[in-house]
Amino acid sequence: MQDLDNILEKLKEEIKKVNDEIELNNLRVTYLGKKGSISALSSQIGSLKPEERKDFGAKLNQVKEEATALIDEKKKEIDERVLNEKLKSEDIDVTLPATSISVGAPNILEKVVEDVEDVFMSMGYDVVDGPEVEEDHYNFELLNIPKGHPARDAQDTFYIEDDTILLRSQTSPVQARTMLAAGGDKPIRMICPGKTYRRDADDATHSHQFMQIEGLLVDKNISLSDLKGTFDVIAKHLFGEDCETRFRPSYYQFTEPSVETDISCFACKGSGCALCKNTGWITVSGAGMVHPNVLRNCGYDPEVWTGFAFGFGAERLAMLKYGIDDIRTFYQTDLRETHTFDRRDDNND
Amino acid sequence: MISLNWVKDYVDLEGEDLKELAVKVTKAGVNVEAVKQSHIDNLVIGYVSECVPHPDSDHLNLCKVNIGTDVVQIVCGAPNVRAGLKVIVALPGAVLPGGEIKAGKIRGQESNGMICALFELGLEEKTDETYAKGITELETDLPPGTDANIYLGTDDTIYELDVHKHRNNDCYYHIGFAYEVACILNKKVTLPDDDYDEIKDDVNKHIKLTVDTPNCSFYSAKMVKDVVIKESPEFIKKRLIAAGMRPINNVVDISNYVMLEYGQPLHFFDKNKLGDNILVRNAKEEEEIITLDGNKRVLTSDDIVITDGDKPVCIAGVMGGENTDVDETTKDILIESAIFDAVHIRETASRLNLKSEASIRYGKGLNYEYTLKALNRACHLLQKYADAKILSGMTLYDNADKQVKTVSFKTNDINRLLGITLTDDDVKTELGRLDFEYKENKGIFTVTIPRRRLDIDSNINDIAEEIGRLYGYHNLVSTLPAVPIRRGVYVGDVLIRKQISSRLRSLGLNETKNYTLISKEMADTFKYEDKSQIVLPNPMSLDKAIIRTSLIPSLINVYEYNKARHVDDVMIYEIAKTYDAAYAEDSKVAILMKGNYLSNNWQMTSVKADFYVLKGIISNMLDYLGFKNRYDFVKEVIPELHPGMSATITLDRESIGIIGRVHPSYKKDEVYVAEISMSKLYEKKIKPIKYKEASKYPEVKKDLAFVVKKDVEANSIINTIRRAGGRLLTDISVFDVYVGENVGENEKSIAFGLTFSDPTRTLNDEEVTIAFDKIIKEVETKMGATLRSK
Repeated sequence: MQDLDNILEKLKEEIKKVNDEIELNNLRVTYLGKKGSISALSSQIGSLKPEERKDFGAKLNQVKEEATALIDEKKKEIDERVLNEKLKSEDIDVTLPATSISVGAPNILEKVVEDVEDVFMSMGYDVVDGPEVEEDHYNFELLNIPKGHPARDAQDTFYIEDDTILLRSQTSPVQARTMLAAGGDKPIRMICPGKTYRRDADDATHSHQFMQIEGLLVDKNISLSDLKGTFDVIAKHLFGEDCETRFRPSYYQFTEPSVETDISCFACKGSGCALCKNTGWITVSGAGMVHPNVLRNCGYDPEVWTGFAFGFGAERLAMLKYGIDDIRTFYQTDLRETHTFDRRDDNND
Repeated sequence: MISLNWVKDYVDLEGEDLKELAVKVTKAGVNVEAVKQSHIDNLVIGYVSECVPHPDSDHLNLCKVNIGTDVVQIVCGAPNVRAGLKVIVALPGAVLPGGEIKAGKIRGQESNGMICALFELGLEEKTDETYAKGITELETDLPPGTDANIYLGTDDTIYELDVHKHRNNDCYYHIGFAYEVACILNKKVTLPDDDYDEIKDDVNKHIKLTVDTPNCSFYSAKMVKDVVIKESPEFIKKRLIAAGMRPINNVVDISNYVMLEYGQPLHFFDKNKLGDNILVRNAKEEEEIITLDGNKRVLTSDDIVITDGDKPVCIAGVMGGENTDVDETTKDILIESAIFDAVHIRETASRLNLKSEASIRYGKGLNYEYTLKALNRACHLLQKYADAKILSGMTLYDNADKQVKTVSFKTNDINRLLGITLTDDDVKTELGRLDFEYKENKGIFTVTIPRRRLDIDSNINDIAEEIGRLYGYHNLVSTLPAVPIRRGVYVGDVLIRKQISSRLRSLGLNETKNYTLISKEMADTFKYEDKSQIVLPNPMSLDKAIIRTSLIPSLINVYEYNKARHVDDVMIYEIAKTYDAAYAEDSKVAILMKGNYLSNNWQMTSVKADFYVLKGIISNMLDYLGFKNRYDFVKEVIPELHPGMSATITLDRESIGIIGRVHPSYKKDEVYVAEISMSKLYEKKIKPIKYKEASKYPEVKKDLAFVVKKDVEANSIINTIRRAGGRLLTDISVFDVYVGENVGENEKSIAFGLTFSDPTRTLNDEEVTIAFDKIIKEVETKMGATLRSK
């Protein structure tokens, strides 16, 4: 019995000196192995008196368990230390640059267009498309701009064939095409963003190619006040909830009455600044009630149907929204700049 | 420019704040861009009481000038200065175009101001002529010390207008603008006097009029005799100066004055130079006339001319001829007041580069009522201020459109369009303000549109606009259209363009937008489809002359632009429409990749964009669009692409585009491009997405490698394997391609990983071995391959 206690004491002493798994294994073999010291003691059991055997057996098992527990505990300690050392050796500098994972950026104009499309689609407007190489008939004639009209001088169009084929000078021909396709008896809600072309020399504020976002709603009992309400929704979506709007009388051949639509200056909140030329207001689009001649030309009876149409310049919206002062920015992709636009933009300011 | 003093002649503006009025006018739709006070401070009328030569100068004079409160000495160099003149004196502190006037000494003599000529006040052009005239001599009873602005008409408020085209034919002349002001203030317009006495001599005995062109709808003329040419009365000079015109003499000034009143240009012929005939006709080709500015003009048959029956005496509506010009000796005048076709006048003026005050006005359109009023007004003024004797009768050609424009509507029609709630009485009030005649019967209004409002057509919308702008658009209450709730959709191929665009962005490509019009140099590259191009007949510049049929040249430009700015990795795409010479539209998507697709510099790891990365982008895009296993890359030589690294992309065996490395002789850098016709993608149908369960049973993986001739394409081996492997072969991958000393010189080794499985059961070894052996046999016999390992 004394031997058993001694063995345990000895193990406790020796285990303190163990440093790694190999030494610990050796120790395990020395004590608990088949030829280990504890096993050796168990062979003494035969030499004991029968009444002593029970106690000895119990004691032996207890020593075995304690020895195993000591070794297991040590094993755990060693494993933990080894793991910690390994982890320490794998330490990295988390401040080193990341592997660049980049998603492509949208063109700035497309970002604005998608934003406008989104709000209009939510109000039931379809997004439609029309040809850029267009017929004079759709670009002018149907829109109440007959040959010889002064509006044609000013528009200064890229003609491809004299008086017949041109690069569209506005997206409005899509209005005419949409109405004709609808057949004169169905309501219409649509917008048509797209490229347009005019003979302007390119500089910071002029571009021979630009994007319009045209919209058209035709139904029964549509009024100018409905246009005002619709414009309010768009303005708030694009320029923030505190954006105010106003209409001013204006003139376009294909709408009557016509208005210019202003938003309150988001830079100075209406108090007057350079952006709004001290007026507190910024003009963002032209709009109006569809001219009865246009409705008639496109198969809609103006006695029955009314509607409104509007046109935004995508460049102007983008320039205002993002503080861009050169229209050429949109057409010469500088990848150092465009990545700014690969992010969400919530308008919650 | 509108003189408000002038407008006051026609409408009572007593007590109106003119700045506030400008705001009201603008709100109602006629944009007053600027309100200017023409007043010059410290400008008084002076009386030269003494004038002696300057002791130290041979041309300067010392003047004693009474300025009302004082008599001051002023040094003056004008040749015409003398004692007894009333003059304009700019006192110290006056700011003139040449600078501020200060008291000082000129060659040792005190000078306390400046005696002025009109050009020094900015009221006349400085020319040799006006300079030689010297200081302005006043003929006035106003006492010295009087504010000279009163004399000059510079005590005026001037509106500078920026009028929309449609109101540009009634709001740019004073009577028209007076009507606009009157309707805003709810006041009435009084037209100026146009009465006169006639002598008993009929004009038609002196002139025979023939109009032989459809481009002149109305021609009226009166004749006056014995005019006395002299300076205009003060009020005419003042008004002209205020409106930005230079006074010349009474006759010329009256013609301009009436034009600024009624918007109707008049032309005065020297009757004695003209003779007895007027024939209005189209010019003959190459016909010539010397205009009154002394230049010879060559005409075309699109121009309208006034002739004396034979030779041109005036380019109608544009400029008179020298041969019938009114000059100092003129006694008898024929006054022309006519309407010519606006489009022809605009074109002639623009072709001859002769945009005169008259041509601009003809170009806007005129109404015959004012044409006649202007004629009579001119007679009235000529009688009063040029002592003219006016012959009875009038020479007239009248083919004017006299149709009266009327509109009938109910108040509710207006309310429906504007979304407001006017009553019949409100409408009556508004029509009264507009000075529109109307009848009302049981709620139906019939309005007669006055001829001065050329912009208003016979429709309800036009009337609604007039009422709406007076009602005030700022008073509209926002409502939303009462329409059914739905979400809008992308119609037609718009949707697939959006889908492709968003997929390419998420694959790391940046969107670009480029010009449709490109140079011939660009247009001559990437014509792989062999399409004819649209060449603009009148391009603005050579670099924007052709409508592109491929987007790749534009992307290469973007690449160059960024390279010049040291951007090394360029991953870009564009989606745009192209057009060929038959106007056939094709929407395309083009991609350009150069540099590292993925990279981490300090770790020195990167994925460089190459043919296979670009192929991966396209495959991913096509898979996303639902075309998995329906497309192929077929090697093909394409101009401007590397002959060994180019292919056409096919979908359902039909070509949809190209891919490849840009030919090194064209761009040295390793630039990869692809272009796909989206119109072709849009036409294809795809299957709906259906759930496919992954196999629950173990897969069997086997590898094998073949040695084949170098020109054998991997795809052909894969297809052979697929056919031989049958139903159990579920995946084939390539995991190694080897060229080198372990295979023959013209050979390569390709290693494949094969996956066998069955969704319904576990495969047994035997059946996999049978399939595997069959694959080996087939590839060996069909591809001339040797098994290298398995």
